[in-house]
Amino acid sequence: MAGNGKPPVLVILQLTGGNDYFNTLIPYNDGNYYDMRPSLQVPQDRVLKLDDTLGMHPAMGPMKEIYDSGDMAIIHGIGYANSPRSHFRSMDIWHTCEPDTVGTEGWLGRALREIDPNGENPVTGVNVDQALPRALVAPGVSVASVADLSTYGLLTSIEQEDQRNQMLQRFANMYGPAVGTGQVMEYLGQTGLDALKGADILKVAPEQYSSSVEYGSSPIAKKLKDIAQIHTADVGTRVFYTSHGSFDTHAAQAALHAGLWTEVSEAVADFWDDLREHDADQNVIMFMFSEFGRRVRDNGSGTDHGAAGAAFAIGPSIKGGMYSEYPQTRPEALEQGDLVPNQDYRGVYSTILEDWLHLEAAPIVNGQFEAPAFIGA
Amino acid sequence: MASREDIALMSHLMRRAGFGASRDEIEQMCEQGYEVTVEQLLNPTGPPVDEYDLYRHHPITEVPGGAAAPGQAAWLYFMATTQRPLEEKMTLFWHHVFATGNAKVDNCFHIMDQIAMFRSQGMGSYRDLLKGLAADPAMIFWLDNNENHKHAPNENWGRELLELFSLGVGNYTEKDVFECSRAFTGWTLDAKMPRYPYGRFPWKFVFRPEDHDYSEKTFLGQTGNFNGEDIIEIVLQQEACSKFIARHLYNFFVADEPQVPAWNIEEPRNPEAVEMMAKILVENDYEIKPVLRAMFNSDFFKEALNQKVKSPVEVVIGTLRGTGDLTGSDPKLEALGKEPGYLGQDILDPPSVEGWHTGREWINSGSLVKRVNFVSDRVSDTSLPGVQRMVEHVGNNGATMSAEELVDRCLDIMGPVEVSDLTKHELVSNVESGGKIELGGESFSQRTSETFALIAATREFQFG
Repeated sequence: MAGNGKPPVLVILQLTGGNDYFNTLIPYNDGNYYDMRPSLQVPQDRVLKLDDTLGMHPAMGPMKEIYDSGDMAIIHGIGYANSPRSHFRSMDIWHTCEPDTVGTEGWLGRALREIDPNGENPVTGVNVDQALPRALVAPGVSVASVADLSTYGLLTSIEQEDQRNQMLQRFANMYGPAVGTGQVMEYLGQTGLDALKGADILKVAPEQYSSSVEYGSSPIAKKLKDIAQIHTADVGTRVFYTSHGSFDTHAAQAALHAGLWTEVSEAVADFWDDLREHDADQNVIMFMFSEFGRRVRDNGSGTDHGAAGAAFAIGPSIKGGMYSEYPQTRPEALEQGDLVPNQDYRGVYSTILEDWLHLEAAPIVNGQFEAPAFIGA
Repeated sequence: MASREDIALMSHLMRRAGFGASRDEIEQMCEQGYEVTVEQLLNPTGPPVDEYDLYRHHPITEVPGGAAAPGQAAWLYFMATTQRPLEEKMTLFWHHVFATGNAKVDNCFHIMDQIAMFRSQGMGSYRDLLKGLAADPAMIFWLDNNENHKHAPNENWGRELLELFSLGVGNYTEKDVFECSRAFTGWTLDAKMPRYPYGRFPWKFVFRPEDHDYSEKTFLGQTGNFNGEDIIEIVLQQEACSKFIARHLYNFFVADEPQVPAWNIEEPRNPEAVEMMAKILVENDYEIKPVLRAMFNSDFFKEALNQKVKSPVEVVIGTLRGTGDLTGSDPKLEALGKEPGYLGQDILDPPSVEGWHTGREWINSGSLVKRVNFVSDRVSDTSLPGVQRMVEHVGNNGATMSAEELVDRCLDIMGPVEVSDLTKHELVSNVESGGKIELGGESFSQRTSETFALIAATREFQFG
């Protein structure tokens, strides 16, 4: 149990597209940074300094405040060997912990299966996005995908309530288990029933919510607000997943990257303010990651796909500080022009699984990996 | 009278090669024959879509500007009104493969130009399409080839051309990506007029020789001073290319394959079919029609009924055409343009250059709700001409009808849809709870269309 006696909750914020690590956490005293980033370097006096060697991108003010408060762990050089540097493939690798074969089970799908083995609560996992990420997929696991909390429900056009309820009952009956009709039919069956149950549970959340926090208007602000509404409604959700992007800044990175981090930083800060106002922050941690970092040398306007990146873990239970090592930036130390990872992402997952969700990590992440100890303040 | 099997097969062909057809049309096609129908699809004689009507009533779609919505409305109009269905379906196919997103391009006018290129050349030569794509302003901007310079190469286009548009992962090296990118340096956009004060000006492709890397390159084992066109020729010589495109066609038209990122690890579901199609592509110098002809006439296609989860676009357009909810430049066109997005497929704005995850990944507990609601809203609306026609088909069977017969006839006209015993039982029980069936009249219409709505909610209906 977490600090307030409630079960631990995990919020994943995926930064989609490959966030540029080198310009997110800036080695502002490193000559290589200025040599390799002729077009994209952030002037030293604008870097938000965290310590003697590293600072955050200027747009990350609210994130720096969280770091200074001790609630943020920064995990450096995160990644895996032999990255294909392809969006979908790399994201799949992060989602399924299978770098060499195609995984179909997501690490969080497996975790949810451990947390709620009989699928008793259809909203144990909630995805606040249109498309369900593979990270949440596992046979027998139901995850509500809520693109917009305020309009979620089935057969909403049938106005007459009795008629609608009758049809919803038929729907529930039709979507029973369909043994022997194939995987996809079974998947559909599961999905249908879960959609129905989930809608009934979730419609309570916005009705109960009130807050003094005013979120911004960016899509990520809206998504985090939806998550705050569901979490504070106490419906038993243990894993939330959402995303923001695109961080795939091959061109015009200076403006784009700043805009993205402004949106994310403000939304994240508002989210934690909201949780604190509801006394609902103690049992939550947030994990932010991206599918790869970007190339060390800029291409004149942006950066191409790279390898090692950074991840962030936020929450009152986080042991704040820096973990793992900032990769070497000397040209000879790079692989294919990219920063070399020294912290396998599966080790970081292991920390979250073991120290936060109290689950055995090895079967979920397919092995034993060095797990930095950033949880347990 | 066409047999049940003929009707089922022809409906299958029209759903896959187009966006479905009414029962009247299906019966007519059965009379003329399957192969004749395939030829008509390949060489359509129907008139082009009435663009004047679209722009006259929705002027915003003529020069849509930055937002995706007007472009989506425009393309929805094309798909909903086309009398050249396979041509339009191939346009959608190429958009799936050469996924270009308005979120970055921020210019629907140019994405629609790209779509128009897919429409006019999509059943022509794949070689010409690749060359057109390399010089397409929206694509150049989308994949940053305008930032690809002799002294500072940008690999985005070079990589995705090989990874996603022709060969697939595992059939080239990182070095090939680099050399490919160098070959395309200088393929860029002409200087743009500023947007203010007169609005957006069209982009134009321009080749800048001063920015082109003319030095020697080694690409896929060949060495030479390669330009972009040379790269495309070398790519087409690779066996992997014909297999990749054949597999895409199979995945889109025949049966759901694993997701594209898995293709270098997982074999095709039907390797012989893909081989056959790849061979025909090569034998016909990458002309598309011969392979489509062979595919639609093949046994593996004819046996693939309901092997694909319908894409959101197929659900939306199929329903609009079938119910007659949108027959022209209706005022609600612009709102309808957003519907595929709500169901999980934002046309003209795929989530990345890798396009959409298809097949069962179209369905999650969120999109399922949207899909069911979209279809059931319309098939239960007896004011719609298409629905009225469907109700007539169901009702023209004599003086009385049992609940089971009603359900059977509804299942037939909605697809035909094959359902499990459990599903059938629920559908029949729902009808029985309304008492004895009286043919003709409003009550019959209402009960029939309610049955349509419940069928639309079944899981079997999600396939097509």
